[in-house]
Amino acid sequence: MLELKNISHYYRNQSRNTEISVFENFNLLIGEGEIVSLVGKSGCGKTTLVNIIAGYTEPTSGSVFMNGEKVVAPGKDRIVINQIHDLFDWMTVYQNMRLVSNDDNDINKYLSMTRLSEFADAYPYELSGGMKKRLSLARALVVDPKFIIMDEPFNSLDYQLREKFQEELLDIVRKSKKTILFVTHDIEEAVFLSDKVIILSGRPTQIKKEIVISFSKNKVDSIRDTEDFIFLKKKIKEEM
Amino acid sequence: MIIIKMQNILKKLIVLVVILFLWQLLSSSIHTIIPSPIEVFTALYNLSVQGDIFIHIFASLKRVVVGFLIATFLGVGLALITGYYKKIDVFLKPLVEFLRPIPPIAWIPIAILIFGLGDMSAYFIVFIGAFFPIFTNSFFGVSSLPVIYENIAHSFEIKNFIFVKDILFKFSLPYIFTGLKIGIGMAWMSVIAAELIGAQSGLGYFIQLNRLLLRTDNVIAGMILIGFIGYMLSLLLLTVEKIIIPWSIKK
Repeated sequence: MLELKNISHYYRNQSRNTEISVFENFNLLIGEGEIVSLVGKSGCGKTTLVNIIAGYTEPTSGSVFMNGEKVVAPGKDRIVINQIHDLFDWMTVYQNMRLVSNDDNDINKYLSMTRLSEFADAYPYELSGGMKKRLSLARALVVDPKFIIMDEPFNSLDYQLREKFQEELLDIVRKSKKTILFVTHDIEEAVFLSDKVIILSGRPTQIKKEIVISFSKNKVDSIRDTEDFIFLKKKIKEEM
Repeated sequence: MIIIKMQNILKKLIVLVVILFLWQLLSSSIHTIIPSPIEVFTALYNLSVQGDIFIHIFASLKRVVVGFLIATFLGVGLALITGYYKKIDVFLKPLVEFLRPIPPIAWIPIAILIFGLGDMSAYFIVFIGAFFPIFTNSFFGVSSLPVIYENIAHSFEIKNFIFVKDILFKFSLPYIFTGLKIGIGMAWMSVIAAELIGAQSGLGYFIQLNRLLLRTDNVIAGMILIGFIGYMLSLLLLTVEKIIIPWSIKK
């Protein structure tokens, strides 16, 4: 369970010597095993929130709790999958995995889960965009985190690849039974992937609405065309 | 492909012929100073048959290798330390920027005073010549490590030593090699300069000695050797680079 309690965060604007408030007493609760999407327009503080949860940025006040324990630094229990390239270019697929895990059985298991076993000796520059993302995912899963944060993970992929990867990702995530937080600006992605969509509103950022997605757990690509799906998309768009 | 290659070879040959022609022309007009190409190549041939020149080449190479290796270890090591403990940067950067513009030749008098004539001063001068390009390029590499890699290292709780060895160092390797390639050129130039003034052997000493003996054919032969060996040293580093960092070349 992840809990954000009374998070306030300010940025100092050096040139004007003013403080910009990004969060003001922000609270958020994500239950174990939930797949939650955070949607909001760009600039609404999504990335700051990711950095705070990951432990990269210390909030001005307030705290983050993982299963009741206060988060003080980045750690293996919360892994971020970034929107930009985050693999080590000078290491092969296997070496990228080996850097974070000593267990070859685990490494093989997650490489095969992400269909990368054949490419264990390839360098990242030899992989396609989708394969790179799958490797980031495999690297996250191999350390068995409780919580995975995905910061716009599909941004670098083109449209067709996106839909395919979303489905794959959903499948892998379900198998691994992790708690997942998706951060995105893409409503369709949010509706398709998550159990719950949280809509954020402008500065200081607040939760505008929480929408529970009540589709069956076995989402398939075809649900994108159903009336319910389209209705939900529209509803969220209006809220934003 | 083959035609393009042939054309390239032809272009190089034309350049060579033009240079030799101009050289010959120059030498025919002021022959007392400039020997003809044939005389120089004869000198080169005689020197290699006689064998003494190899002692000089070896002496220069030894000084370059020793000085260059020390510069590499200290330059890269210091860059990694400064990159890791970012606070040192504030103290180190001004010192480096102050020392960097002083050419290696300007260190020769003080080197001779401290180390005397001989290998030690030459090592020192070569070190000075190679250190700054190696350090500044390595430092640039180390300090341009993307924040995302640091974040990942923190999230995955990667140990400090592994971080420096496998992430910071490996990321910086392409930059380090840029430094090494400039550094080896500087090292080679510095050793010749050092030998012109304060040594009893080496290619620098060899051309200086032959100037005194008025053997300009040997002087120019020595210069050709300096150019050729310098070129070979760069090629050697380029080959090593291609083997060590394939991800950088192929990217």
